[in-house]
Amino acid sequence: MLEKGTIAPDFELNATPDQKIKLKDFKGKKNVILAFYPADWSPVCSDQMALYNEMLKYFTKHDAQIFGISVDSTWCHLAFEENRKLHFSLLADFEPKGAVAKAYGVYDEKTGTSERALFVIDKEGKIAWSYLSPIAVNPGADGILEALEELDPQ
Amino acid sequence: MSTLKPEVNSNDHIQGDDTASVTIVEFGDYQCQFCGDAYPILKEIEETFGRQIRFVFRHFPLANAHQYAVPAALAAEAAGLQGKFWEMHDALFDNQYRLNGDLFDELAETIGLDLERFQQDSISDALREKVENDFDSGVRSGVNGTPSFYVNGTKFDGGVTDLYQMLKESTT
Repeated sequence: MLEKGTIAPDFELNATPDQKIKLKDFKGKKNVILAFYPADWSPVCSDQMALYNEMLKYFTKHDAQIFGISVDSTWCHLAFEENRKLHFSLLADFEPKGAVAKAYGVYDEKTGTSERALFVIDKEGKIAWSYLSPIAVNPGADGILEALEELDPQ
Repeated sequence: MSTLKPEVNSNDHIQGDDTASVTIVEFGDYQCQFCGDAYPILKEIEETFGRQIRFVFRHFPLANAHQYAVPAALAAEAAGLQGKFWEMHDALFDNQYRLNGDLFDELAETIGLDLERFQQDSISDALREKVENDFDSGVRSGVNGTPSFYVNGTKFDGGVTDLYQMLKESTT
């Protein structure tokens, strides 16, 4: 997986069927949190996204935008977002499948899904922190928060 | 390994003696079914190990997923201001299956609270802040779902039955 200090590979992914998110659009504006997870609907992921959903005001405070990323399609993401009342976007790393996960070094060829991995990207577009979690373990948010606090202007 | 931040302190709701050798901290949500399932087992743990155990509860309400989670946490805290945090805590879990917006006043009356004072305290900013501080402490301690347990300040990787088993093994 890509480590701290690496330039975060740019990407353009659908957040909804007709809205695309480009990483480079956040450069100079916001920190970005990328939460790669294997799949919508699987129980651990759901808890993980539910936790981030409660933490949006923390992320806002640190000038950060969070995105979940999996290989699921936009329609699947929409249904999942609606069901879990998520207030942040899930990006579809769907075509070519897993390309962004591969670029970040967190694609699992065996399962055909991304691993469970977190990246905090600073406003210069550099990876400030990354973490690979065991696939069955929800990594929580303490690591993200500590990374964001380090990025705060002193 | 995630650790409890901040440590157990005077702002906490604590059951048991300071002299207990094991302190269990639960981060929980009164509307979370898994916390409801853990509740009777935690009672059993407290009964089994008696004075060896100290139990602390901190709020970790998932407000977007559970509409009554924050109001329930506030109800427990408001009861706490009248010295009856644990009575409300127990009543909330005992009645979790019928949790709704009208339940809090009913439980407050059942456990003998001054209802008017309870209603006022339930909407106070100070209590809301206390619940938010608990949530904050959970996030910083690495809580990744509810219930999450900490044993003597270290995150316990497992559910309540694993916790029970571990305690049985370590105290015999």
